[in-house]
Amino acid sequence: MAAILPAEHPPLRVWSGRDPARQRRWLCALALLVMLWPLLVVTEFRPWTMFDQRSLQSTWNFVSQFVPPRADAEFLRLLAKETWRTVAIATAGMTLAWLVAVPLALGASARLSVSALATRMDRGPFAVRQLLRWLMIVLRSVPELVWALLFVRVVGLGPTAGVLAIGIAYGGMLGKVYSEILDSTEAAPSQALLRNGSGRLQALLYGALPQCANELVSYTVYRWECAIRSSVVLGFVGAGGLGQLLDGASKMFAGSEVSSILIVFIALVTLSDRISLALRRALD
Amino acid sequence: MSSVAVLRGVDLEVANGEQIAVIGASGSGKSSLLNALACAVKPMRGDLGLFGESPWSLSSSNRQRLRGRLCLAPQVPPLPPRQRVVTAVLAGTLPSLSLWQSVRSLWHPRQAAVAYDALASLDLGEKLWERVDRLSGGERQRVGLARLLVADAPLWLIDEPLSALDPARAEQAITRLTEAARERNRTLVCSLHQVDMARLCFSRIVALRDGQVVYDGSAAELDDAMVRDLYGQELLVDAIPLSVARSPARATLPLIVCR
Repeated sequence: MAAILPAEHPPLRVWSGRDPARQRRWLCALALLVMLWPLLVVTEFRPWTMFDQRSLQSTWNFVSQFVPPRADAEFLRLLAKETWRTVAIATAGMTLAWLVAVPLALGASARLSVSALATRMDRGPFAVRQLLRWLMIVLRSVPELVWALLFVRVVGLGPTAGVLAIGIAYGGMLGKVYSEILDSTEAAPSQALLRNGSGRLQALLYGALPQCANELVSYTVYRWECAIRSSVVLGFVGAGGLGQLLDGASKMFAGSEVSSILIVFIALVTLSDRISLALRRALD
Repeated sequence: MSSVAVLRGVDLEVANGEQIAVIGASGSGKSSLLNALACAVKPMRGDLGLFGESPWSLSSSNRQRLRGRLCLAPQVPPLPPRQRVVTAVLAGTLPSLSLWQSVRSLWHPRQAAVAYDALASLDLGEKLWERVDRLSGGERQRVGLARLLVADAPLWLIDEPLSALDPARAEQAITRLTEAARERNRTLVCSLHQVDMARLCFSRIVALRDGQVVYDGSAAELDDAMVRDLYGQELLVDAIPLSVARSPARATLPLIVCR
């Protein structure tokens, strides 16, 4: 091969067979392990203790109480009523969260900025975006349980406190993720519309949303699923629903009732999974 | 952020209803010129006048309103993949629609017939209800042109509209665009690599080389030697006297002034 190359041709580099990124990857993996080790020590993470005789025995005692699940008509009626209440709290909370999140996300996303079309973003819009980001941080930093405790004092015990708590905390979460999803869309379609004089919301509807509708729907349905789980925690502070039922059953050591409630949760999460899949297929 | 001067000393006036082809080798500044005219990039120096206004001295909202009077069609049409062709085309009408009308049009495209006519004139009518990501590159480019045809804007800026089209389609598309611009009294500035098409369909040609206007005049006066020079290796700047190539003075006020 080298013989047919002209004399002035630079010498061929011989392939060493080594990936130049190999050393860096090993160093990164090592650094991660070094950082992880103190965390495992602090959390007293000793998974092997799960398999000693005493732990296995107490696990068995706990789980055996769950069988068979309680399925008499009276309990199933109560279960259905509280399930409906839980779904209602989660759905109403998510609706409120969506109403909070959408304006926050649209304001915080740089994708729909008109001032940044041809130059660097103006100071005013930049400051507003930062302010909205801070607001979303505050909303989602406070756990929904704390929001619920606050709202119980304002509106009293009951589902309303749960709805408000989910709406506020999840509004911050949805807003952050919505704005990041919007920012990760390809800029050209929405910018082309803005450059031709379309409004921000028109650019969103015709340029950005068609690219990310799947992701937005998938994440929204996932948060609805999370809201159902959250409503359980909120039930412990009197927001009602399955959480309150679970709280009562746990305190009474009624394992069969707990397992019936858990089966309902599994069914609800499966339902949310199916809904998400169906919606994504419909949008694809 | 580092800046590179792509256009230098560009001195251009475009009258209302005029049709101009911008030619030049790759990297000569054709797309940058169109982007500058569309207020998509802010010139580092110089003045730009559009419709008698100076866009960069306007407030952001007024500049955005001014952008509604022009339509820039990029070389690669920026169409979202999952969008239907009818929606992608009707997006060209957005500046003249209210938000509510835009939402309604998304749900039920009321101007589907307008979109169909625009597509049919580019031999693409049967793709009206198709999804954009199921089209070929050439079909996508024609959808981008159909979006321009439905736009209400009086100024059309088109960047290499024929780059993905076969010769027959290219001729059909450029003929349709120039005819439509003439019928509706639109001003058309179109960058092209097909010099023969530019000579055939446009009365005025602006040639760029290394970001400078090296020819601005009638298509008839642009001879083969000039074209060879333009796309060849020799410098053309000194070879063509600009005073000879200038278009005659126009009676109407200029729509675009770029200095």
